[in-house]
Amino acid sequence: MVDVSRQGVEITLTVNGRKHRAQVEPRLLLADFLRRRLGLTGTHLGCEQGVCGSCTVVVNGETVRSCLLFAAQMDGYEVETIEGLSDDPDLLHPVQQAFWDHHGLQCGFCTPGMVLTARAFLEENPEPSTPEIREALAGNICRCTGYMFIVNAVKAAAETMARKVPDGKSS
Amino acid sequence: MKPAQFAYCAPRTLEEAISLLEEHGYDAKLLAGGQSLVPLMNLRLARPTVLVDINRLNELDFVESGVDVIRIGAMTRHHAVATSPEIREASPLLSHAAGHIGYRAIRHRGTMGGSLAHADPASELPCIAVTQGANIRVDGSTGGRTIRADELFLEQLTTALATDEIVTSATFPRIRSDEGWGFREFVRKVGDFAVVMAASVLRVVEGRVTAARLGLGGVEWTPRRVTEAEQVLVGSAVEPNAIEEAARVAAEVVDPISDIHGSADYRRRLVFAMARKALQDAVGRLEVSRG
Repeated sequence: MVDVSRQGVEITLTVNGRKHRAQVEPRLLLADFLRRRLGLTGTHLGCEQGVCGSCTVVVNGETVRSCLLFAAQMDGYEVETIEGLSDDPDLLHPVQQAFWDHHGLQCGFCTPGMVLTARAFLEENPEPSTPEIREALAGNICRCTGYMFIVNAVKAAAETMARKVPDGKSS
Repeated sequence: MKPAQFAYCAPRTLEEAISLLEEHGYDAKLLAGGQSLVPLMNLRLARPTVLVDINRLNELDFVESGVDVIRIGAMTRHHAVATSPEIREASPLLSHAAGHIGYRAIRHRGTMGGSLAHADPASELPCIAVTQGANIRVDGSTGGRTIRADELFLEQLTTALATDEIVTSATFPRIRSDEGWGFREFVRKVGDFAVVMAASVLRVVEGRVTAARLGLGGVEWTPRRVTEAEQVLVGSAVEPNAIEEAARVAAEVVDPISDIHGSADYRRRLVFAMARKALQDAVGRLEVSRG
């Protein structure tokens, strides 16, 4: 018989390399679990209907909307959030550094989703054209920048990543 | 935390999933990729009391190549449909269209079965299933059956599925070497829902069209083929006038919906433009494949 749980679902998952065990109410979204239960407030919630992209996280190596997943589904999964991008607060990931250097943000609300989406994109396409960058970021909405500086930042990040890791692997 | 309260279960086998649906009936809802259901739950437009998560049913995540067809398991993600060499080889139309679904992060989760069962009139997979004449396999408590794609979609977001039935796979015919295909959609922005989409498959023998399929999505409450336009093409030479005439007939016979994204008249004009381009693309691909 399959367990039908109204109360709590036991999950064990890895977030940014750290194992967590938790009891979660079925309707708790992954985004709320990360923000409220683990205090990882870098994951932002904008639209909560899969449109804006600011809640983007990486689950088992793939970018996903954390507002469209329940924490209860994550048993045994590996989650990476914006906080997992760099261990050292003084050493930013090349994509983060490029957003900083090229003014790829104003209010910063969309930035975590932008950065994680851009990183995944650059890992697959290290030398992207401008239209490719724009298409890759089409699912991430920014209301401040007008996108130009974001596109510039992603281009610059591609260049630094190509310089830093000649073997094509991300560090 | 936006959704209303529900009970959660994650069966490991298809049998368990079906028995849960049988037990809970209308109160239960299947959770596949969740890219349409969870937004509806967050908005409380959907309030299932039991959520049956089928993401652990690995038996529904498969691709099986046959001689004339390709069978795709219901839990195959859109990203896999869009990028699998096996699917691309069998139906490049299907994989091309799957690449137009939402954004990359959405395609990582959304599934073949979920998209078909959700039956959004503006989504790509139902349109391709109807255009290509796919067969949809469903399993339920009293056994399994196969539903033709054009008989699956009854109304907007409404299918012929019973409450205890699960879409388990979809079988698409292979696109043959004497066939060309096209897919065009009009979107405000990459990844948005299409206002209108058109898909085509043309078979051409010695310069004449011997079989034609033209499908539309986003136009009426369910995806449809436009047989009147197909008839214009069958038997005619492959030339611009025939394509123009077929697109004109398609725009004439449809009964478009009118909503915030476009009036019925606007959609009718888009049908002409998208159908013409999709048919032109099919001809172009035939010419390219013949060198």
